Amino acid sequence: MKPSSLKLSRRKFLIGSGVVGGGLLLGFSLRDAVPVPHLRAGSFQPNAWLQITPQGEVIFQLDKAEMGQGVMTSLSAIIGEELDYDPSRMTIEFAGAHSAFKNPQMGVQITGGSTSVMTGWDPLREAGATARAMLMAAAAQQWQVDASQCKTDDGVVIHPDGQQRSGYGELAAQASQQVQPDNIQLKKPDNYRWIGKSLQRFDSADKVQGKTQFGVDVVMPGMKVAVVVRCPHFGGGLISFDKNSIAGISGVRNVFAIHSGVAIVADGYWQARKAANQLQVEWNKGPLAGLDTAAIMQGQKNALASTEKPFSVQNEGDVAPAFAGATSLVEAEYTVPFFHHSPMEPQNCTGLFVDGLLTLWAPTQTADIARAVASHFTGVPQENIVVESTFLGGGFGRRGYVDFAGEAAAVALQQPGVPVKLMWSREDDMRHDYYRPTAYHKMRAAVDNGGSVTGWHHDFVSTSVLQGFGVDLMHAMLPSWVPTSIARGIGKGVADFVPPYDISMGEGTKIPYAVPNRKVGMVHYDAGIPTGFWRSVSHSFNAFAVEGFFDELAHAVKKDPVEFRREYLKDSPRHLAALNLAVEKSNWNVMPRIAGFGRGVAVHESFGSVVAIVADVRVSGNQYVVKRLVIAVDCGLVINPDQVIAQMEGGAIYGLTAVIKNGVDIYDGACAQSNFHDLPVLRIGESPEIAAYIVPSTDKPGGIGEVAVPPVAPAVANALFAATGKRLRNLPLKLDA
Amino acid sequence: MIEFFLNDQAVAVDVEPDTPLLWALRENLQKTGTKFGCGQGLCGACTVLVNGNATRSCVLPVSSIAGQRITTIEGLQGEHAVQRAWLSENVSQCGYCQPGQIMSAVGLLQQNGNPGDEDILNAMAGNICRCGTYPRIVKAIKVAAKTLQQTNGGGV
Repeated sequence: MKPSSLKLSRRKFLIGSGVVGGGLLLGFSLRDAVPVPHLRAGSFQPNAWLQITPQGEVIFQLDKAEMGQGVMTSLSAIIGEELDYDPSRMTIEFAGAHSAFKNPQMGVQITGGSTSVMTGWDPLREAGATARAMLMAAAAQQWQVDASQCKTDDGVVIHPDGQQRSGYGELAAQASQQVQPDNIQLKKPDNYRWIGKSLQRFDSADKVQGKTQFGVDVVMPGMKVAVVVRCPHFGGGLISFDKNSIAGISGVRNVFAIHSGVAIVADGYWQARKAANQLQVEWNKGPLAGLDTAAIMQGQKNALASTEKPFSVQNEGDVAPAFAGATSLVEAEYTVPFFHHSPMEPQNCTGLFVDGLLTLWAPTQTADIARAVASHFTGVPQENIVVESTFLGGGFGRRGYVDFAGEAAAVALQQPGVPVKLMWSREDDMRHDYYRPTAYHKMRAAVDNGGSVTGWHHDFVSTSVLQGFGVDLMHAMLPSWVPTSIARGIGKGVADFVPPYDISMGEGTKIPYAVPNRKVGMVHYDAGIPTGFWRSVSHSFNAFAVEGFFDELAHAVKKDPVEFRREYLKDSPRHLAALNLAVEKSNWNVMPRIAGFGRGVAVHESFGSVVAIVADVRVSGNQYVVKRLVIAVDCGLVINPDQVIAQMEGGAIYGLTAVIKNGVDIYDGACAQSNFHDLPVLRIGESPEIAAYIVPSTDKPGGIGEVAVPPVAPAVANALFAATGKRLRNLPLKLDA
Repeated sequence: MIEFFLNDQAVAVDVEPDTPLLWALRENLQKTGTKFGCGQGLCGACTVLVNGNATRSCVLPVSSIAGQRITTIEGLQGEHAVQRAWLSENVSQCGYCQPGQIMSAVGLLQQNGNPGDEDILNAMAGNICRCGTYPRIVKAIKVAAKTLQQTNGGGV
């Protein structure tokens, strides 16, 4: 199979065909024999996640990044439930990069796409249940009884006589000798002890004491700190730098060029930063010199105008006759700007290179991609690179990119034997982000003489977020034993692997509404600015256009926005249920009679869950305040209700920043802003009252980390229309624009 | 050598006088609970108490605090009513900003044992949380204020 036949999509990397083909070529199979992480001698280890020591310690290898979304608590509850062991007593360790933990939806070890619970649900329950069955078999063997007559109770196997008990630790050695059972019985939801309960987060106690080790908190004896001075212009590069310009700054140990700029190694951060600020550097501005925001926004609009046939995301029914026979047409254009992630912990990574072995301590959403990228920039083979994970001070998609790991690796290679912590400033973080891409939407709808919407035609332009990600991905998808030289060669051909259309960018455009004729088309426009996954990815800008425009249709036919949606949601019961719950809890029908008050609604499905939001705003002149958000979520079966609510609150607030605050401006091919003064984010006084509710469900769990983001923007835009009669179609929403 | 009191202990650091207190705490005194967020006093992740007042340590030259009393998150020893309220309200998500949030809240409650909503929003306006834990922060501060009123009549 030729490499070019491998087609990637963000959600489903088809690792089975192309890449394995490469493996067969080399005479290996993909399933490698690397020992599972953090193995304790003598422990019972039924699978890569679990170990039980003879002393009774139950150790769970958490293969996902904990970035605030609560996986440390939810995933341990899932495995603990079937193991029958209180998850709050488990020792939970970050697994680091390991092939056993590749995301089954993506083929790499990614924490993203709100998939952790979704993809962990079956394997973690099976892993826990298998271990429990083997412990029971071990006890039954000792007692000479039938295993099926034994029971368990939170870490103890109980004899059929109800009296004799044996702890999991006492059984560890004998459990290791048992055959893995073929058939395992999973618990019935009625018997859950920990799933469905609002357990306090297991990471909270350390977090409120400042004890949690984030990437920036890695400390080692003799450690140095590095910063990198990068070309501010995207695509630009280094011409020269003057070492003498920082001579005399105390504590500076080394200055050298790496792939991304000039690295300065010093005893401490302040010394390194002072030197960085003073360093004389000459940059080549590169191909984007002179490029600015206005040109990009115009460029993407032109891209649609000049594309004869946009890529078809959806084509149902036949829109042409619907539009030809329409009594009235509704048309609108929506835009969104670049937007920054700005997790509170600036990017960083610590590296140590000793005797050919490179170790990285990385706060990353993609541990194995970090390893692959480190290999790419150092030539150190992947099997000689260990990536240890830390807590993440926020991720939001930014830490799916591992540019910082590549830099840390390159710096460590230049300082053998010395641990070096590479740290970005906030300015670095904002100016060298992989921004949420800009988007332009052209919406058209046909309404017949009965006031029914008969045609929906949505064309939009945005950037493929896969293009930039593809190179990193390819390295990580290759088994770790593929020699780096080969991996590099394949990586260079990555453009061939990435399809011309990133279908994930169309997610969120397929409306749940029963409009008979629908056509959605997509055009990519790449201005060269790094773009990437931003919490909820394409949903964040597609929902804004779709739910804003659907609201326009309600008003065009003079219907209540809720009634109008209900009418068209007859085939979408989950949407309807979420909408109805938010409407009920918001007291939609009782609008406060307050000057400047407006209420709007939006409902959107993403990552396996449906969220409806009712937003209340108050307008005064050209200013407005978002007063309240009422949120209803159907995310299937709930693992931890309190943490679902927390993600609804947090997601809504994260989304609201991009509704109210200005996005990233490009000037001369560079980010024009630098810190929280000119890229402000929502502060506590701007945070609305939030009430979140869960639609009861026994379906498989859906995602929660991103799903509250998409409906916020349209709900607020729709509320502002209700308050003012002014339809805002560009983010951020500004009444004076 | 600059000397000051850190969490009631006399300490001395040997750094250039313009070094912000944040880096002296994190790199010289191994108190990593205080976080780096923006380096410009804009986000509050680095908040500590200087003589009881919430202060941004990333823009505070260590030379300016000689002889003064600094309290960091480690100085609350995990038993402070604000920390307990943070747990009971399950405030933390990623948790990175929370030491700074907690120090601002402690600073507020030392000045005002019974803060209203406006007092809370004003006192916390300098602390950014990107996870969006703001609603729970407000709740937790009210819970902590009540606990403190019950236990010691309003003082901290």
